[in-house]
Amino acid sequence: MLKCKQASQLVSRALDKKLSMRELFALKFHLLICRYCSRFSQQLKTLNVAISNIGKKIEDDASITLPTETKNRIAQSLDSEH
Amino acid sequence: MTSNQEQKNRDTNNNVSKSHAHDWLNEHGDYLYRFALARLRDPHQAEDVVQETFMAAIKANNFSEQSSPRTWLTGILKHKIIDLMRKSARETVASDLMSEQDANMDEFFDKTGHWEEKPKNWQMPDSALEQQQFFKILQSCLDKIPNKLATLFMMRDVHETDNEEICKELNITTTNAWVMLYRARMGIRKCLEINWIGH
Repeated sequence: MLKCKQASQLVSRALDKKLSMRELFALKFHLLICRYCSRFSQQLKTLNVAISNIGKKIEDDASITLPTETKNRIAQSLDSEH
Repeated sequence: MTSNQEQKNRDTNNNVSKSHAHDWLNEHGDYLYRFALARLRDPHQAEDVVQETFMAAIKANNFSEQSSPRTWLTGILKHKIIDLMRKSARETVASDLMSEQDANMDEFFDKTGHWEEKPKNWQMPDSALEQQQFFKILQSCLDKIPNKLATLFMMRDVHETDNEEICKELNITTTNAWVMLYRARMGIRKCLEINWIGH
């Protein structure tokens, strides 16, 4: 039987890679009987979405630009390259 | 065709010309900077990796006219960010990030492996205003965890390359990407729970 501690680790790992059948089975079973861990699982999914939204927000924010000085510096380095 | 001309053609076909690179800097520099900033969360580091990206691009010979410059440049940028993370992970091997690897998560679980503080039911933001507050809190929570953890976390978002790929690349040196991600999530989650739920 999984403890919450182990279950929480599996929940996190499952977001990044496929779990083995055994791990997956144990986790699913634990989540069925433990509402705190299923809450936790839900929260990590929410967190993932929110994080990627933050990233996209910054990517789409046209007010954030490469500082002119840096742009000039890069342009100069490009020119000195042969 | 003289061999000289052939050589010239080959150059224009395979190598990125300087004028190309300058155009790209103007067209895509800002986007690449934002892409890097979203992940590194540090303006200076973001500027540096963008510079490295352009320097690598002008030396590269695998750009094909068929692909979009932005996609190609972003691909280079991703690798530069991962390189940077790898370097800093190496520098901090003995530091706090790694000492947690025995997963002594005492602050989160009791001796029997049960939640020290049971996860609460989150009220998710539904109005635009609430959403903004939520994002603000999330930002401040990200600021509280070590920058490297935050970067690792930001690297693996939805439209990113394969998550497993990034972890695999990092695993070469850190061997602990999973533990790091787990810690990052536990920390951010707890911070959110305190600051969002209790707001």
